[in-house]
Amino acid sequence: MNKFWIVLAHTYITRFKTKSFLITNIIALVFIFGLANLESIIGLFDNEEDQVVAVLDETDTVFTPLQESVANTSEDVVLRSYEGTAEEAKDEVMDGEYEAFLSISMNEENLPEAEFYANQIASSSLSENLQQQMQQIKVAMATTDAGIDQAALEKIYEPVPFETIALQETAKTEEELSEARGLVYIILFMLYISVITYGNMIAMDIANEKTSRVMEILISSASPVSQMFAKILGIALLGLTQVGLFVVVGYLMITQKQDEMTGGVFEYFGISDVTPSTFIYAIVFFILGYLLYATLAAMLGSLVSRIEDVQQLMMPMIFLIMIAFFIAMFGLNVPASNFVTVTSFIPFFTPMLMFLRVGMLDVPAWEVALSIGIMVASIGLLAALGARVYRGGVLMYGRASSLKDFKKALQLSKRS
Amino acid sequence: MSLKMSNVTKRFGNFTAVDNLSLEIPESQIFGFLGANGAGKTTTFRMILGLLDITEGNISWNGNAINYNNSDLIGYLPEERGLYPKLKVKDQLVYLGKLRGMQKNDVIEELKGWLEKFRVPDYLDKKVEELSKGNQQKIQFISAVIHRPKLLILDEPFSGLDPVNVEMLKQAVVDLKKQGTSIVFSSHRMEHVEELCEYLCIMQNGSPVVHGSLKEIKRSFGKKNLFIHADFDLEFLQGLPGVVNYKATSEGCELQIEKEEVSQQIFTSLDGKGFIRKFALEEPSLNDIFIEKAGASYE
Repeated sequence: MNKFWIVLAHTYITRFKTKSFLITNIIALVFIFGLANLESIIGLFDNEEDQVVAVLDETDTVFTPLQESVANTSEDVVLRSYEGTAEEAKDEVMDGEYEAFLSISMNEENLPEAEFYANQIASSSLSENLQQQMQQIKVAMATTDAGIDQAALEKIYEPVPFETIALQETAKTEEELSEARGLVYIILFMLYISVITYGNMIAMDIANEKTSRVMEILISSASPVSQMFAKILGIALLGLTQVGLFVVVGYLMITQKQDEMTGGVFEYFGISDVTPSTFIYAIVFFILGYLLYATLAAMLGSLVSRIEDVQQLMMPMIFLIMIAFFIAMFGLNVPASNFVTVTSFIPFFTPMLMFLRVGMLDVPAWEVALSIGIMVASIGLLAALGARVYRGGVLMYGRASSLKDFKKALQLSKRS
Repeated sequence: MSLKMSNVTKRFGNFTAVDNLSLEIPESQIFGFLGANGAGKTTTFRMILGLLDITEGNISWNGNAINYNNSDLIGYLPEERGLYPKLKVKDQLVYLGKLRGMQKNDVIEELKGWLEKFRVPDYLDKKVEELSKGNQQKIQFISAVIHRPKLLILDEPFSGLDPVNVEMLKQAVVDLKKQGTSIVFSSHRMEHVEELCEYLCIMQNGSPVVHGSLKEIKRSFGKKNLFIHADFDLEFLQGLPGVVNYKATSEGCELQIEKEEVSQQIFTSLDGKGFIRKFALEEPSLNDIFIEKAGASYE
């Protein structure tokens, strides 16, 4: 047991001290900082002068209401009535005097129409804005022409009252659902990213010890099984450190910018008031998912004898987690489908899919217990198998990339 | 305090790597473990260390099975050298020493002593990848002995070293023996084995073909070497009864004879033919014995 902690500490500390770990963290922190201050950063680049639009109004009736509504909706757009001809206005836009030129006229039905001229029409926000305001004015003019009064118009546009109500008492309400969806999203991404990152780290670490051939000394000092699990947990702790760092920094950023942030991301993800049981499930499934994939990664890593082969052997594992991820993405819209129900019991998919179901549906307790049971059993099974492959695999050198090597490794660790 | 192997067999599928091997390695001895490539030496070492399970038979140290509870008593220098290339010598040895049950401070103290002994005291803070191969090997050797093991297994300890470093490491091995360490050691360099080992065994296809004390092995081998330097043609000796092997040298010839008495007859037959500068009867070298015993596997 003592040696277990020595390997664990060694894995953690050597990884922690590497330059790449430091650099990754700095980049991520800069990213978090940038995200938290996004508004001020955008503002920094965006303090341009007002956009001035020249308007040539042949109708004489549209300009004033248009100017009013534009002034109400966007602060940095100014409309100015233009006195010259259309050609002169276009020239002035070309010269940069005006941002754009809007020419308004009446058609045969006595309704307004407009042409918009600008040097570039790639940035569409200005023209869209003007178009919208014009639309409203046109609607108002057309309805007045048709003799419909304002009250009738409002009635027409009023949305129909439509409420969705679940009959089962335990079923999630609409708000709960969207909250769960947010948390499921987060867990899916976290699991996906951490399995790939930290799984790779574990496999790399083991492959490194194999290529440098230090492995033979290591396994003559401490049992391969305790080494394998010390590695898995050491990297897990490293991951916790990293994620913990991000969470703390992120939290500090958010509390500092409380006013700007509330109502933003958090309302969308609805983390603010998720039920505690969903949180507990999130943690349980995350840990189980990590352990399952990490054990698989350790096993694969022990089969490799050259660093170059690591990626190749990791591919099946990455495919597994990708498949789980895509099923989960699909399942977010149809969590109750048979397909999602069945696949949520497959251990490699459980952490994502069963959590998705638990978060969004009313899943019977026995189903959850069963899926957790299956996962724990398969982690145990994979650990036992992994430990044997590890024991044989670390003594095996040569090109390892096939099922044959897997069998060979098992044979090496066998009694006869 | 001895290592005992009784009827040890290791099979990989249909292939038998070690066949019914029984050995006893006494305390404070250097035991030479010889054999052609693929004879089963490394497999035997791995079984002693518990890295491979034994198919049949058992191995015990001092009456106890060897496992991870007493692995601190064992030191191992694998044939394939390996250290963490990116770690400093100090960090490396601290980790490996801790895994053998040592405290950090003890490791550093011992390590300094060893580096001093190997005349490379300034390597303490160097990364292993910065060292030359020979010096990496010194560090590897230190990693095998730093925890003062009772049983030391050295797989080809001197390969790839220059003569000065070989002497240095040899001296270290002898010192360890004097301190009471039992050492099992494999090598393809017969002169090293002859110099260091009192007991040895030669493996062939997984079983020992020669086993015992060096003196005993040489005596029972029977054949002797005869070196003759003379001014006249010696080729006629080739046909004499009792002469097994004839090899011409620049100054005369080198004969292998069946037994000691044959030399008498050869001496008589040379009488009166001319001037003889050298006539020497010598014990067979371990090299001769090895080639005859283990060489059979190539025929």
